[in-house]
Amino acid sequence: MEERWSTEHVLSLAPDPASLKAAGKLSGPGPWSATGTGRGALWGLCKGSGSTPYRTAVELGTPAYKCSCPSRKFPCKHALGLLLLWAAGPEAVADGAAPPDWVEEWLDGRGRAAADRAAKQQAKAAEADPEAARRRAEKRAARVAGGARELRLRLADGVRRGLADPLPAGAWEEVAARMVDAQAPGLASRVRVLAEAPQDELLEEYAMLHLLAGAYGRIDTLPEALAATVRTRVGFTTDAADLLAGPTVRDRWHVLGSRDTADDRLTTRRVWLHGAKTGRHALLLAFGRPGQAPDLALPTGRLLEAELAYHPGARPLRAVLGTRYGGPEPAPAAAPAGLSPAGALAGYGAAVAEDPWLDGWPTVLADVVPVRTPEGWQLTDGAHSLPVRRGALPEAALWRLAAVSAGHPVTLFGECGHHGFTPVTAWDAEHRPVPLG
Amino acid sequence: MTAPVLAPADDWADLQGAALLGTDRRPLPEPRTALAAAVDRTDPAGALLDLAAVAAVRRRAGALPAPAVETPAPAPDDPRPALPEAAARRLAVLLGTRGGHGSTANLAELLPQWLTAARTRGYRLPPALVPTLLDTARARSELRSDAVALAGPLGRWLAPHNPDWKYVTRTAGEQDVHQQPGELLWQEGLFAERVTHLTRLRRTDPAAGLALLASTWSTERAEDRVLFLDSLQDGLSAADEDFLEAALSDRSKNVRATAAELLSTLPGSALAARMAARARAAVRHDGDRLHVTPPAACDAAMQRDGIPVKSPTGRGERAWWFGEVVAGAPLALWTTGTGLGPEQLLALPTVDAPDGGGAEWAEDLREAWARAAVRQQDAAWARALLGTPPRPGRDTRTPGAPAKLLAVLPPAERAAWTAAFVQTHGLGDAFQLLGACATPWTPPLSTAVVAALKRAAELGSYPWSHSGVLGMTERALAPETAPAVEALAADTSPDTAWSDTFTRLAGTLRFRQAMLTELE
Repeated sequence: MEERWSTEHVLSLAPDPASLKAAGKLSGPGPWSATGTGRGALWGLCKGSGSTPYRTAVELGTPAYKCSCPSRKFPCKHALGLLLLWAAGPEAVADGAAPPDWVEEWLDGRGRAAADRAAKQQAKAAEADPEAARRRAEKRAARVAGGARELRLRLADGVRRGLADPLPAGAWEEVAARMVDAQAPGLASRVRVLAEAPQDELLEEYAMLHLLAGAYGRIDTLPEALAATVRTRVGFTTDAADLLAGPTVRDRWHVLGSRDTADDRLTTRRVWLHGAKTGRHALLLAFGRPGQAPDLALPTGRLLEAELAYHPGARPLRAVLGTRYGGPEPAPAAAPAGLSPAGALAGYGAAVAEDPWLDGWPTVLADVVPVRTPEGWQLTDGAHSLPVRRGALPEAALWRLAAVSAGHPVTLFGECGHHGFTPVTAWDAEHRPVPLG
Repeated sequence: MTAPVLAPADDWADLQGAALLGTDRRPLPEPRTALAAAVDRTDPAGALLDLAAVAAVRRRAGALPAPAVETPAPAPDDPRPALPEAAARRLAVLLGTRGGHGSTANLAELLPQWLTAARTRGYRLPPALVPTLLDTARARSELRSDAVALAGPLGRWLAPHNPDWKYVTRTAGEQDVHQQPGELLWQEGLFAERVTHLTRLRRTDPAAGLALLASTWSTERAEDRVLFLDSLQDGLSAADEDFLEAALSDRSKNVRATAAELLSTLPGSALAARMAARARAAVRHDGDRLHVTPPAACDAAMQRDGIPVKSPTGRGERAWWFGEVVAGAPLALWTTGTGLGPEQLLALPTVDAPDGGGAEWAEDLREAWARAAVRQQDAAWARALLGTPPRPGRDTRTPGAPAKLLAVLPPAERAAWTAAFVQTHGLGDAFQLLGACATPWTPPLSTAVVAALKRAAELGSYPWSHSGVLGMTERALAPETAPAVEALAADTSPDTAWSDTFTRLAGTLRFRQAMLTELE
């Protein structure tokens, strides 16, 4: 039996506020009939405006959704409403029912499709022409190397002329476009950051970009792990399926936090995990188009037994989620063990020694008091203090942190970096996680 | 670099200087570390970037924490029991956290009810929700009293650090009323805060409230004096008479009128006695009739007792004076003087006294009695003036302002009368009456309103022509009515305005019911 999700968890799946509002109206028993849950799925019939009710089903593991309504929102308001109804408790949707035929068929079909996909993947891997693939890779490597060389020249030009002398508007935008042409999107996005950087951070941005472009220029001489880091930062990607075909790490992963950021093209969800057995941190990324929630929803504070495959690198962090063994379970009510501010900075320092381009490293701080000072928020343990990274969080989130602490020491998860600490989750006096984002 | 993290001393400033002016104009700094010495210096610009990269990574990897900052004393403990978890989730939805998602209609209307219910039950909020609540109450001042009480010691601990929450320290809880901050508030507070303070004080200690007002009375502005005087209504007693009697000689006409009105509601006051004498002269009872002789003039004494010479609405002078006199006289005058009850008095025919004007005095007399019943909060008179609740098929109208008279009656009676009214007349004229009823409405009243909505839908009127009543219904309809509304939603043809209206109403009712259940 699946544990019922919390309302917040269901709310976090909604593609947009309008869907949520619509789903709220469908969250009572009124429009629903023939609801049930079993075989890892949830289903029901929802009375709509037509004569035939919509058939709505949710496969809870993935999760996956099916609804006979014409909506293009995903999940649609019916699926969300059904989940909200189910989340309300067993009196609303009974447990342990046998799925009706239409749900059985859908679940069976999903099983078959997954098997087909796996078979196709294998077939594709077997068929692929390794010689052609190698030629394509060489061609791209040459183009990226060309881009990196050009970038180093532009950076050196800037320093020769002096950074106090502002470049004409759009100059860096043009360089970024050339990096995109050179198939080095990682360089392109760092160039755009450079264009926005304040005067006093400019030299640092120049230097780190210079270091990255230079590293790519002699990538063949770098140790394998560092070379992988450089390739990732320059903009090479690795297919999730390829990663999962390689070595994986199985652990009981504690979900330490989650944060969504959105621009007009994309919603990015970051989910930070920490392995109970391995002690390793991992970062999962999920993306959604506007109007679609990222498909990964792992509630903070839960434990998930699963296999992860890390992206290769000198300091592996980003990972993809492989096989899960059961759904997310509630973690014991306890805050994770953490570091002092000094320990946290030392930890970040050790990470930077391996991957110099790291801006921050996932860190649990233990027993720190958030204090508002004229210079901004500080996290202090009585011996030292660590500033909260400016602009990393809206002011309201920091007040929430202050309220959770009430002047007492708290455990705090976030990213520790050279700009300071970016809080993501705090644990309250009852050791329950409070998302701050 | 702007990193607020301390880093080991190094050659960063030299590198920064050279980079700002350019390596064409500035020499490269001398290397200070072995790694820096190994940098190839043939191209100064490339070398500068190499050196800067070495220094930047070194600074990042070797960053040290800043010295500790001073921590404030922690917030005092809050002994109240924690809010049940489901109620905490509900509050988060009501406050629109998590991206402002609401799950049903009109959550803004339900938040005040939630806060009042949670405050009454004495819960402690989850700390993480306290800042959002304080932000919300900043924009909606009607929530402040409940919000500050619920935020409790944590709210008072947080507030001084955030300029947006200044109001928290000024919104004193009931228990703080006698303390020094109250005095200070009275001396230095904003006008609205002072009125609130005075009103609160009058509820707990009327004499202290009067003393406080008297202590600054002569220095207050005329427009403020009127409103301060108004707040004496709470806890009004004979002890206030001297002060009010003095206020009858105030420079401001509005202050005089307000003082007179207050005095007229004190049955034992000298003003009430003077009004009673005038009223007795104007209305004479001779057994089976009432003879009306309106005042012939508004003399200086009448004017001092708050009767303006001219009617503000331009009524005939004598009718105006007559109305003011009767409305200002104690109602007991009529019953004790005649031995008749209000119903019997209202049934008596009215005739002109020999020098009277015309038969229209009957209406003026009823209106004046209605005003007196509202002022003196006299339920027996209000009941008699409202008449029996209207019954289907009999179109009985109540003169005067029935909503005001209704407010004088006990809540159950109010609801019953309004239910009967709605059954007979529908919702068209019911807005003010419904507004006078206590929330949540009683089940019979709720059933009557739902039935009236059903009739309105069947008759093909538009929901928006009932939007005022519908908004009130969402706040006030009894939760027990939810199944009836849901049935209504199911019966109404889909995708019509009424179907949407009923569905939303049912959703709100369910939400409200669940919300109150969670707080038990």
